[in-house]
Amino acid sequence: MPAGPPFSDKDDAVQPIISIRGLNKRYDSGFHALKNVNLDIADGDIFALLGPNGAGKTTLISVICGIVNPSDGEVRVDGHEIIADYRGARELIGLVPQELTTDAFETVWATVSFSRGLFGKPKNPAHIEKVLKDLSLWDKRNDMLMTLSGGMKRRVMIAKALSHEPRILFLDEPTAGVDVELRRSMWEVVRSLRAHGVTIILTTHYLEEAEQMADRIGVINAGEIILVEEKNELMQKLGEKRLTLHLQDSIDTVPDTLARHELDLVDNGHALLYTYNANDKRTGVNSLFRDLDSAGIRLRDVDTKQSSLEEIFVDLVKTPTPEPAADAQATAKDNA
Amino acid sequence: MNFHAIAAIYKFEMARTWRTLFQSVVSPVISTSLYFVVFGSAIGSRIDEVQGVSYGAFIVPGLIMLSLMTQSISNASFAIYFPKFIGTVYELLSAPISYVEIVISYVGAAATKSAALGLIILGTSFFFVDISIAHPFMMLLFLALTAITFSLFGFIIGIWADNFEKLQIVPLLIVTPLTFLGGTFYSIDMLPAIWQKITLLNPVVYLVSGFRWSFYDVADVNVGISLLMIGVFLAACLVIVAWIFKTGYRLKS
Repeated sequence: MPAGPPFSDKDDAVQPIISIRGLNKRYDSGFHALKNVNLDIADGDIFALLGPNGAGKTTLISVICGIVNPSDGEVRVDGHEIIADYRGARELIGLVPQELTTDAFETVWATVSFSRGLFGKPKNPAHIEKVLKDLSLWDKRNDMLMTLSGGMKRRVMIAKALSHEPRILFLDEPTAGVDVELRRSMWEVVRSLRAHGVTIILTTHYLEEAEQMADRIGVINAGEIILVEEKNELMQKLGEKRLTLHLQDSIDTVPDTLARHELDLVDNGHALLYTYNANDKRTGVNSLFRDLDSAGIRLRDVDTKQSSLEEIFVDLVKTPTPEPAADAQATAKDNA
Repeated sequence: MNFHAIAAIYKFEMARTWRTLFQSVVSPVISTSLYFVVFGSAIGSRIDEVQGVSYGAFIVPGLIMLSLMTQSISNASFAIYFPKFIGTVYELLSAPISYVEIVISYVGAAATKSAALGLIILGTSFFFVDISIAHPFMMLLFLALTAITFSLFGFIIGIWADNFEKLQIVPLLIVTPLTFLGGTFYSIDMLPAIWQKITLLNPVVYLVSGFRWSFYDVADVNVGISLLMIGVFLAACLVIVAWIFKTGYRLKS
């Protein structure tokens, strides 16, 4: 599958709240974790960053948030350069890291209030109360963190990240290890935040999560951004269906009378594969069956399968993409 | 300046003291009081005066200094090491807070705790021995400078340490022996000539001597040199801390 341009037309219309240009991260070990990353994230978007383990998702987030030093390149958060103007950049950001890292002996209220102070905001008990209530933590406010379940600790991490009213929220694998019910309630929280204008960047392994929530989807592999696309455009690809026609008798070649259907002969001549878009008004399925009948091809069985985001994702990350960084840079220059 | 962040960290650290009151305050006060009882009252009553001061009173400044240094290191090193250990340091690194503000808050809290502990031990010592304070202002200055300097030192250890053993190595294997050999229990005049010269390589000698001078107006070395040595150690710690934050040593990759 070809790598799409990392910037879509949307970038031209909306001022990005996060702008990354030529970002590289090389560790002392020599590992090149981020390779010439160029990326724009629009204000108010929910952006899902997908990628296999070790692809560079967490490193990218860590660089933007100030936890990891970039080797070179530039990152701006709402116009604030993350190193020269780190205060301006960081006060806009809330981060929920992947690991459940909490002070075991603190109460929920104390740790969330601490986070607000750390980000330079004066006390605001009313805001903390609202955050805790929104996350169903109000009843637990006086409980020590060590007494909470994993799911509740995850909520506390989100509450801490929201304590200083950030405009951008990074969620690094927010629902990892969380049960289905809690996951769906977290999705509601995320949607509610977006409704209040918070830009959300989430990394996830759950492609369903990206499908459910994201406006745009980016795919990173081996430190390179290989695709950034509107989710709806990706869903168009999801509309692709494959109809497998299992033949009564095997054939050596596809008859010329069926050429217009662009069939693939598979399974050693025992099956024909027809790919079509289920969203199209005319899928061509009826004419295909008529032509098959005319050609005297008898069917033993048929089945259809829809290509999932997961299949697209797997296909993307295993297919080498020639010079994606160069493409990205060129597009960045075009957009500049 | 992010005053809210400084206040948040400072209060967080001070609150930890109340949660660990026995470990942070009661334990060092009791162990130092045992020194007063054993070396001051019991054995000290059979020892002659040192530099014109009764032995029980003579060892008080050194013992306060011992607690001050070890507690400053312990408080500050644990304060920064623990977030690294459990992973909550991500929040500190991603917050809009400068390195200076981080140092002020952590070192400030550690120094406050150890200085308060020093004063508690000083107050306790009145129950066991007769002491006087000739230069109260200088006594407080030495107390504050030592607390700040060794808290900075502890902060460095906390960043350097990547396991709990390393966290304990410097206080137990370096600071405590240097304090015992730094004139806490004796005047360096009592040492053989060659050891009098060698012992001057021990920086703790200058701290104990200066602090004792503020009590009894007697010192092993000139008080100006004592202040200078604290200043040099403080400056060295500040340079190392500045380098740590500039390079992100053991904090950022």
